[in-house]
Amino acid sequence: MTVTESNGATAAAKPAIEVNGVDFCYGSKKALSDIHLTIAPRQVTAFIGPSGCGKSTLLRCFNRMNDMVHGARVTKGEILVEGVNIYEPRLEVIDLRRRVGMVFQKSNPFPDSIYENIAYGLRLAGERNKKVLDEAVEQSLTAAALWDETKDRLHESAFGMSGGQQQRLCIARAVAVKPDIILMDEPCSALDPIATLRIEELIHHLKQDFTIVIVTHNMQQATRCADRTAFFYLGEMVEEGPTTKIFSTPEKQRTEDYISGRFG
Amino acid sequence: MAKDHPILTYSVKPPKGEAQVWLTAMGLAIGIVMVVGLLGLILKRGTDVFWPKRVVEIQLKEGGSLLGEIVLRQKNLKTGREEWLVHSGNKSKDDPGSAYRYVDTGEVTGTTEPAGVMKAKRMEYGDALFYPVNLTARDGASLRVSDAGFNEKLKALMKTGESERRQVEKLEKVEIGRINQKIQDLDNKIKVNPASAESLTAEKASLQAEYEKLAAQARGLHEALGKDILRCRLVGGEERDQAIGELIRIYEPNKLGFWSRLRTAISQFWDFLSEDPREANTEGGIFPAIFGTFVMTILMSAVVTPLGVIAAIYLREYARQGLLVQVVRISVNNLAGVPSIVFGVFGLGFFVYTIGSHVDEWFFSDALPTPTFGTGGILWASLTLALLTLPVVIVATEEALAAVPRGVREAALACGASKWQTIQRVVLPASAPGVLTGVILAMARGAGEVAPLMLVGVVKLAPALPLDTQAPFIHAERKFMHLGFHIFDVGFQSPDSLAAQPMVYATTLLLITLVVIMNLAAILLRNKLRKKYAAGTF
Repeated sequence: MTVTESNGATAAAKPAIEVNGVDFCYGSKKALSDIHLTIAPRQVTAFIGPSGCGKSTLLRCFNRMNDMVHGARVTKGEILVEGVNIYEPRLEVIDLRRRVGMVFQKSNPFPDSIYENIAYGLRLAGERNKKVLDEAVEQSLTAAALWDETKDRLHESAFGMSGGQQQRLCIARAVAVKPDIILMDEPCSALDPIATLRIEELIHHLKQDFTIVIVTHNMQQATRCADRTAFFYLGEMVEEGPTTKIFSTPEKQRTEDYISGRFG
Repeated sequence: MAKDHPILTYSVKPPKGEAQVWLTAMGLAIGIVMVVGLLGLILKRGTDVFWPKRVVEIQLKEGGSLLGEIVLRQKNLKTGREEWLVHSGNKSKDDPGSAYRYVDTGEVTGTTEPAGVMKAKRMEYGDALFYPVNLTARDGASLRVSDAGFNEKLKALMKTGESERRQVEKLEKVEIGRINQKIQDLDNKIKVNPASAESLTAEKASLQAEYEKLAAQARGLHEALGKDILRCRLVGGEERDQAIGELIRIYEPNKLGFWSRLRTAISQFWDFLSEDPREANTEGGIFPAIFGTFVMTILMSAVVTPLGVIAAIYLREYARQGLLVQVVRISVNNLAGVPSIVFGVFGLGFFVYTIGSHVDEWFFSDALPTPTFGTGGILWASLTLALLTLPVVIVATEEALAAVPRGVREAALACGASKWQTIQRVVLPASAPGVLTGVILAMARGAGEVAPLMLVGVVKLAPALPLDTQAPFIHAERKFMHLGFHIFDVGFQSPDSLAAQPMVYATTLLLITLVVIMNLAAILLRNKLRKKYAAGTF
């Protein structure tokens, strides 16, 4: 069973991700409880909240990255990606991950050339045509605003790039397999302000084509690049709404305390 | 130091020196002293063998004198005087005793270094030390040592002798060997199908005739070799005839300057590397042993690396980590502690007697009852050593796999890679340097192992190399020679232990050099991989 193909018209109407009453446990420790959330397509949604509030955990549920963690599981509720329950036993998790790409906190290029890093996902899918791969590399790097810097050294090691460039390479790698959704887990936490700015510009640019969910510690970042923001606290989702509203007139006291810097 | 501090009134002790530095440095120093001492001894004694020593004539109190190289000076505990170990060579068919002799310095009245003395390396009976008198060639030419052109003629005769020796060797080893093989094949055919005996007998007879012809040719060359004679005077005045065809190298040790001495040393070292052994391994070279060790180690690595890596991947990546896996892991680690001779016994019982005998039954039944794979050989020896070194590779690979950062795995999975694709394209390349470290350790351990090999295929003298120009080129069933076993054999199994002693050091030196060279190759490869897959700096 695969995630259903989405075309422009229906995708606009259908939510990209729906979270219905999800509980999540690491062994016996509950990390998320009763989360209800709808993520609209082609928008940037930011998850904010203090450390350990469960925002990364929820993000990693969307492409089932938590499968890798021993004893971690969804204990209640369901998560639908484009209408399909992704915890359904018959679902091809590899297929899901092609639809839902991910960028991690620490940039993690493969120990290989820049070109191979981008081509990796396509090669996995069985693409051998050099022309297609070349095209994909160029377009993905262009989409990640990296093409001009790298076009002359595509076949050099990815480790020769700066931290910011490596992170943009990881974004380009995620983009290359043409996913519908890109998850970003604190993508700028290890970058300097200028590199951060470039990534934020990139996020702004990418949302024309992709649904983006970003976890961030940095509230300014959320205000700068997110259309909607969800605030998490102690495993619960306290409040979700348009970013401007969350940061100006939040409904809940805890949200106001957090964004005004009273704790967290 | 005791500054007044308004809030904290207690005093802080100044930092102390680090005594542990001395302790750790001492540990390292002891290690270095032992390693340098061992390597130094082997290097000194091992290279000493090839350095042409001066020959002295020692006059003895009892009358008469002795010609030889003083190889060792030591104090005799009984007499309290110094005694010399003198290598005087000159063994012969009639006088096969030792070439070495201890001389009490109390018995010595004087020593001289005669310039005219000549040292010869011979095909048989080791070295000879003598004064040349004259030579008689088979063409009738006769020259005295004082005649002009004596040395040139001698060299020329030695050259002919060498080419004739090579011809004999080629005849005996290659051509006669080929005919013998054909005759044996025919015999096997006749045995399998007695009805065909009639038609094959004629063919066999013609082969037999060809064999006789070649054998006669070899005999003729042998005789020709004995026809050029060098007349030698020994130190006592006795004169002996020496066939020039039996001489391998001659030089006048007391006339050599430093550079010609060095040249002789290098040339002798090259002979040692490239020649076959002679005279129960106490003379000649060790080429077959070097080759055997090299081929065996490469074969072993080629088997143990994939096997170890595959096992480690399962243990670390696929198996559910639990009690069972833990038990397996501990068992594998403990296999490294099993005495190597036990692996030898296992190899003999499992590979040679069980698998080997079945292979013979299925594929080489013609040759039975002569075993082909049902006896020790380089393949079984390599497999036995591969088992022996398997734990090293598994442990190293497991550690390397565990050290691959989680981020890289997650990145691959997030791109839509399956578990195997992640391992194959990302995890294995990243852990390759660690795997190679394991292979390096395995090679070092395997190349130096002797005990198990004695049961599964090593011999003191192998008639042929495991790789040669005869089809099918790779002879995995052949017995082989090994440097480690050579050390044991020459050092402890040889009839003339004093003559063998220098060979032991030289062989040890070569074994260590070979292991170092193979390890260096692996280390270079590892460094290259490390550079390629260096973890990103952030």
